Amino acid sequence: MPRVSRTAAAVTPAPADVRVGVLALQGDFAEHLVALRTLGVDAIEVRTLDQLRSVDGLIIPGGESTTIARLLIAFDLLEPLRDLIAKGLPVWGTCAGAILLAKRVPNLDRPPLAVMDITVERNAFGRQVDSFEADLKVAGIEGAPLRAIFIRAPLISRAGRSVSVLATLNDGTIVAARQGHLLATSFHPELTEDRRMHGLFLQMVDEAVVFRATSGSGRPPR
Amino acid sequence: MATNGTRNGSTRPARGGAGRVTSKAAAPKTMAKAPVAKAATKAPAKPSTNGRANGVASKVDVRGTTATWTVKAGLAQMLKGGVIMDVVTAEQAEIAQEAGAVAVMALERVPADIRAAGGVARMSHVKKIKEIQAAVSIPVMAKARIGHFVEAQILEALGVDYIDESEVLTPADDQYHIDKHAFAVPYVCGCRNLGEALRRISEGAAMIRTKGEAGTGDIVEAVRHMRSLWSEIRRVQGMRDDELWTTAKDLQVPIELLREVKRLGKLPVVNFSAGGVATPADAALMMQLGAEGVFVGSGIFKSAEDVTDKRRKLDQQRRMATAIVKAVTHFNDPKMLAAVSEEIPEEAMRGRSTATMPREELLAHRGS
Repeated sequence: MPRVSRTAAAVTPAPADVRVGVLALQGDFAEHLVALRTLGVDAIEVRTLDQLRSVDGLIIPGGESTTIARLLIAFDLLEPLRDLIAKGLPVWGTCAGAILLAKRVPNLDRPPLAVMDITVERNAFGRQVDSFEADLKVAGIEGAPLRAIFIRAPLISRAGRSVSVLATLNDGTIVAARQGHLLATSFHPELTEDRRMHGLFLQMVDEAVVFRATSGSGRPPR
Repeated sequence: MATNGTRNGSTRPARGGAGRVTSKAAAPKTMAKAPVAKAATKAPAKPSTNGRANGVASKVDVRGTTATWTVKAGLAQMLKGGVIMDVVTAEQAEIAQEAGAVAVMALERVPADIRAAGGVARMSHVKKIKEIQAAVSIPVMAKARIGHFVEAQILEALGVDYIDESEVLTPADDQYHIDKHAFAVPYVCGCRNLGEALRRISEGAAMIRTKGEAGTGDIVEAVRHMRSLWSEIRRVQGMRDDELWTTAKDLQVPIELLREVKRLGKLPVVNFSAGGVATPADAALMMQLGAEGVFVGSGIFKSAEDVTDKRRKLDQQRRMATAIVKAVTHFNDPKMLAAVSEEIPEEAMRGRSTATMPREELLAHRGS
């Protein structure tokens, strides 16, 4: 089971040329790109297969999960993405992205990627008038609590045994989780100026790149 | 449930049906044990991008704070790069969702039919809105007449996700727009230029769309409004700070909003294009001109009008909807746009040129 190191600063030698993609079919991908570039990362929009194959990590942004899922299929990106994930591509899904990663989504016959051992309930907090902000303690992120923005947000109602829960609301609702090279948050760190969550994901990308380089294997870090 | 927020002097009655949803199957069982005080205390110190503090309708409860400005404007962020489609029935809403729409706009009639029918155009029937809400999982928006804050209260009580205070309906007030800050539900409003956009934002709109001319299938007004908005933004960016004061007075907008536009080089909220999009090429044109997404009204469900077989007609409309969604994603890729344009039905919306329309038939000048 992976353990997140305590601070983003404690990362082992960071590979120099890490490129992170943001799936740019629909949603707030621009905000993720800004966040990544602020952290000095080579970040690109991903709309095509070539772009997808060129990245060391991928963020699936907030947006409408049905729209993004349909476009993944329409542009023949769904299967290639699932293959890359199986080979260890680190992926972080925020909100809609978390829905896409989940193995189980009630009211959805076939969850699109179905790669992460979590059950995600869509629009779990109600309609837009019930969208909210809250302060969160996230495992692996030190310092002040994170201001988390929940917009028609999903929640993680069940996490499998190999999944570590990173954050919950005061009432115990799971809103952030990690399984190996996969990260899911039901909130939107990209909508705030706080870059610590992006730092955490970059650490996962670095780990995966280091692992690939040292083991010569395409398998995810364990 | 702990809800100690106030509506800050709003005189309208407390919200009815739109309170926090507690009956959801997913509601965590541990709620009763949760410490009530903690999350409630910190009001977020966000930069006030709409010239007011966070929405006065904010409410605090065990999980956090609802209806803040960030949360209202945030939903529009999630819609970016997407297509919002006008629908009048649950069946059309399902087609829209199937085609990849990011949201639907519930209407009594699509704008082209509003024009044809004449008379007074009002908020959609409540039953229709509920049917549409029940049919789809994507956000449901609905239109209220300009200034008709009671239609808006009803829409909020129904739990619609966004209200469009829209010039497409017959205005209910020729002087005042709705005080949108007083609502927990966010608003989108139309504009023809920077002044209109910032006046709506100062009234509380959390999303803007350029108006275009709804129900015509003629893109020329949408282009005019988008171009004038951006040329004014660029002009503001080039201004000295002392010049902003006079411009704020000319435009009748708060100086803070103008400073924000200068700093950002764009509107402080998400801006879509509306009013006249009838093809994938139209949609991509608006995106290249600076729209962050597109509203399509009559362009989808007024295409293939001459097809008499209902199944074939719906199929062609579905193809048009899907093609416009794809065009918005790949708006900058001519090869992809060519491929997408091949998929659409041969008969797009017939449309009506705005150049030959008498002024009283134009909708965009309503509510400035």
